[in-house]
Amino acid sequence: MSDMMNDEPLLRVSEITKLYGNRIGCQNVDFELWPGEVLAVVGESGSGKSTLLNCLSTRLEPTSGMIEYRMRDGVFRNLYKLTEAERRLLMRTDWGFVHQNPADGLRLAVSAGANVGERLMAVGQRHYGQIRDTATDWLERVEIAADRIDDNPRAFSGGMRQRLQIARNLVTHPRLIFMDEPTGGLDVSVQARLLDMLRRLVADLGLAVIIVTHDLAVARLLSHRIVVMRHGNVIETGLTDQVLDDPREPYTQLLVSSILQV
Amino acid sequence: MTSSVRTVEAAPDQSTESQYNFAYLDEQTKRMIRRAILKGIAIPGYQVPFASREMPMPYGWGTGGVQVTAAILGQEDTLKVIDQGSDDTTNAVSIRSFFEKTAGVKTTTATADASIIQTRHRIPEASLREDQIIVFQVPIPEPLRFLEPRETETRTMHALKEYGLMHVKLYEDIARNGRIATTYAYPVEVNDRYVMDPSPTPKFDNPKIDEMAALQLYGAGREKRIYAIPPFTKVKSLDFDDHPFEVQKFERPCGLCGAANVYLDEVILDDKGGRMFVCSDTDYCEERREAGHLGDMAADPAAVSLTTSTAGQDAS
Ligand SMILES: [Zn+2]
Repeated sequence: MSDMMNDEPLLRVSEITKLYGNRIGCQNVDFELWPGEVLAVVGESGSGKSTLLNCLSTRLEPTSGMIEYRMRDGVFRNLYKLTEAERRLLMRTDWGFVHQNPADGLRLAVSAGANVGERLMAVGQRHYGQIRDTATDWLERVEIAADRIDDNPRAFSGGMRQRLQIARNLVTHPRLIFMDEPTGGLDVSVQARLLDMLRRLVADLGLAVIIVTHDLAVARLLSHRIVVMRHGNVIETGLTDQVLDDPREPYTQLLVSSILQV
Repeated sequence: MTSSVRTVEAAPDQSTESQYNFAYLDEQTKRMIRRAILKGIAIPGYQVPFASREMPMPYGWGTGGVQVTAAILGQEDTLKVIDQGSDDTTNAVSIRSFFEKTAGVKTTTATADASIIQTRHRIPEASLREDQIIVFQVPIPEPLRFLEPRETETRTMHALKEYGLMHVKLYEDIARNGRIATTYAYPVEVNDRYVMDPSPTPKFDNPKIDEMAALQLYGAGREKRIYAIPPFTKVKSLDFDDHPFEVQKFERPCGLCGAANVYLDEVILDDKGGRMFVCSDTDYCEERREAGHLGDMAADPAAVSLTTSTAGQDAS
């Protein structure tokens, strides 16, 4: 999908607030996301980053505020004004969602090939051979050997499952991917390989990504811009290198220093 | 039985059978089922929920089909009941005698003579007519359940016509078997809209439900669903462009009547490995033999004993 309108943002987030009763999930969040841009949302658990991710990905309706997405036809749409059919189509074509636990994003009852091919079939592809060729190609792009195509993901390691989940999301050439702690459950050595692969794919495909992580090293490696959250509020935002090298807020300084100590 | 029904039983000229309302179900229940049927006909292939009743037989015996038949049966109807193509299996005989007893309607084994045909596992070989209704006993009505067990999600998928998952199932079939190996309950798209499970009939019968002249009614008792295909409705078997739908093919014709292009069952003739293939539709086979068609095994003594024993068989 060529994006002819790179002079406009892909996502516009205005004054998003989510309250749980009188408890704050997140409040007054404002930002724009541009095509091909990787935005990391960092913070400790309870900072509101997961609430924000759920609001952005249409999983949790905000209490107030507006989220607009520039659809493939170039028109901005309020995400919470989409019909259920439009919303579901968006989620399985122009968007992806990578869960921390691959089991939440895969169908463990069917083969790796069927997992990758599902979105293609959902949008009407009806040629088995072509679906299989595309699935093979995507498996290779996430470094899964083509001869594993008929294997069940239950037989895969954690790292392979996570790469399969990524391939399954990318097969329809989405423009925006949400990631929720995508390296969270993995061993350190496996994490490094996955991060390398993610960085390469994101650059090659020009993907916009919103990645939620508590791990500043992940944010540093993958993201262009960073949003630091605490108690439901965005306390600092800016270019990732600038924020991490020279944090203004005391809380961010604390976060950065604690990672440096590890 | 309620006490008011027992008073009817006490009437002097009533047989013991008339303790039942006509066709067993009370009129209010029949009206409720008819409303579900009408809704099903109005939305071909859509599964209509209904308040399924307990019937005096186990669920596995086709209580959904029995309730549909009970709701549409009239005194002038002639009923045929088949299971696996045969009128003589225990299930078919029991359901037939149930309606003989509770409704006193005529029954038949001849497809052409029936106004209502209740079936499990087969559709008669003879083409059905506009003045006939075929009622299917359905165990599991939801074709998407294989990959999506959540009822709320499958309902949304139907509502939004999101049927990619059906092709995931067929994809998996080809990946494992080299071809679409699903032979029973092969999914179809009805009237370019709803994907439907045609019940555990062999896919051999799928072409028969496309543009069928007779009204098709499907009842699932345990799952409390009714669905329908009105006469002359387009029904397409799902497939891939490079793996098109095709029906089972049999290498030779029926050993008894010589019919080709019919669905055959394998029958073991003796303990020395003798076997033959015969029409699963026993009525069709008999009619052909009566009309003088003979298969290559028709004169075999073992085969002859087979035809005479099935013809005279009763409920076991
Ligand atoms: Zn025959």
